[in-house]
Amino acid sequence: MSIARFWRETPQRYNLGGSRCSVCQHVYFPPRTVCPSCTNHRASIGKMVPFQLSGDGEVTSFTVVHDAAEGFEMQVPYVLALVKTVEGPTLTGQVVDVDPSQVTIGLKVRATFRKLREEGKAGVIHYGYKFAPRTDDRSAAERSRSRAGTFGKSASEPASA
Amino acid sequence: MRDVAVLGVGQTKFGELWDRSFREIGIEAGLQALVDAKLSSKDVQALYLGSMASGSLVDQEHIAPLILDYAGLSSRHLPALRVEGGGASGSLAVHQGYLAVASGLYDYVVVGGAEKLTDVPDTTGNQIASASADHEWEVVFGATLPALWALIARRHMHEFGTTREALASVAVHAHAQGAKNPLAHYRNKLTIDQVIGATPVAEPLGVFDCAPLSDGAAAIVLGPWEKARQHTDTPIRIRASEVGTDTMAVHHRRSVTTLDSTVAAAERAFRSARRAPADVDVAEIHDAYSIAALCALEDLGFVEKGASGPAFARGEFSGGRLMVNPSGGLKAQGRPFGAVGVAQIVEIVRQLRGEAGERQVAGATVGLAHDVGGTGATSVVHLLERAN
Repeated sequence: MSIARFWRETPQRYNLGGSRCSVCQHVYFPPRTVCPSCTNHRASIGKMVPFQLSGDGEVTSFTVVHDAAEGFEMQVPYVLALVKTVEGPTLTGQVVDVDPSQVTIGLKVRATFRKLREEGKAGVIHYGYKFAPRTDDRSAAERSRSRAGTFGKSASEPASA
Repeated sequence: MRDVAVLGVGQTKFGELWDRSFREIGIEAGLQALVDAKLSSKDVQALYLGSMASGSLVDQEHIAPLILDYAGLSSRHLPALRVEGGGASGSLAVHQGYLAVASGLYDYVVVGGAEKLTDVPDTTGNQIASASADHEWEVVFGATLPALWALIARRHMHEFGTTREALASVAVHAHAQGAKNPLAHYRNKLTIDQVIGATPVAEPLGVFDCAPLSDGAAAIVLGPWEKARQHTDTPIRIRASEVGTDTMAVHHRRSVTTLDSTVAAAERAFRSARRAPADVDVAEIHDAYSIAALCALEDLGFVEKGASGPAFARGEFSGGRLMVNPSGGLKAQGRPFGAVGVAQIVEIVRQLRGEAGERQVAGATVGLAHDVGGTGATSVVHLLERAN
């Protein structure tokens, strides 16, 4: 994969930058230019504004992968999950920092910034979000008010909205 | 729009065809279909060829004129085009051929599907399969095609209590049928315990829940219904050819356990054919992963949502209520991506003609073919019927 192909997605992959339709208020990740929820799609064009996810969510399904995707061979077995974020969008990502046998549907998780994969010995290293179990009850939005967390900094919207 | 008939069918063996090239298998299937239709190649007016990934698999794009060339037809300068829609490429090619004949643009067209997966290592084949999912927002984060179907499976188990045994029963059924199909990749039988105890791929799915990577090609000849009796005593009419789509990524779906693309294509097909699921005698459905077959039976309307697991395990779809995948399906007959959707039509036509030998469904009159690309961003449903 070319460097540019990954680099151009860094606002999303590093900082969970999504978008919100200012007509119907639906939140999307990754960002969209047209709102699928608006009855009048055309009305949403030009009205999609940046919206940052907090990174908090809940596992809605998961699998333990043994036959790895390309570049993930050294990580097997790894947990891949669907994570429904508190803001609405569902994301696909790994669940880490937990024994795979402890992962359940309903597990509360928080996005964490990690190395995703390497393109061989000399290729690009891809970074982005994975998810780890939440170890405290504070949401990422609360943390961002006390200190700038990786996924909480410069949030343009309160994550609990 | 006029009615369209399937006049001829052809198919190579599916499997590891080490000694045969992409072009050889494509031509074999096409010529079989023409002979079956009692047509000469000079009657052919166009070729539609389904292939998912010939460029990645055999470093060859631009394959439709290639096949015509090696079929000896280059001097006629016919229209020929390739159709791609992930694993549903073959049935999308059938849809294009159907439209061409139904519209009156052409009288006789050949629709082919071909894929050659064993010229690359298994790991490469699996990566290429994953290219039919959302690369940027699924695969980059560690998803594979079986992992995404495993997410669907886990959720299905969670919501409806679907058991591991029910999933395994899909593969057991497929292999029991494959054993009766001389063209099938796998002709060995499996037990529930073998499926459950197999090497895990993406839990809860193991290696026997997943269809193999196969070489193979299939072809059909389509023509106008009003001329069908000139070519065959048993013309099969295409009663509906419908395509549905949905979000690329599983995580964007309204429901993880429902393929809305299949629901949409099936509803359109049954409506346009004025038929209902209960009218179907035989069905070829997408079972690239065991969970896919359970979702398909629900989304096509054969059983209510969530009830497919117990019904399948009871044998209701092994001929009890309906025979699904008499060919062995993708699981046992094999999975040469672009050939699959065409081969489904080949099997349904053979069933409706009463030419399916040991796996014949007695008295089959109405057949359904259901093909899926990726995790369901594309679904295609065809309804076929034998004239009485």
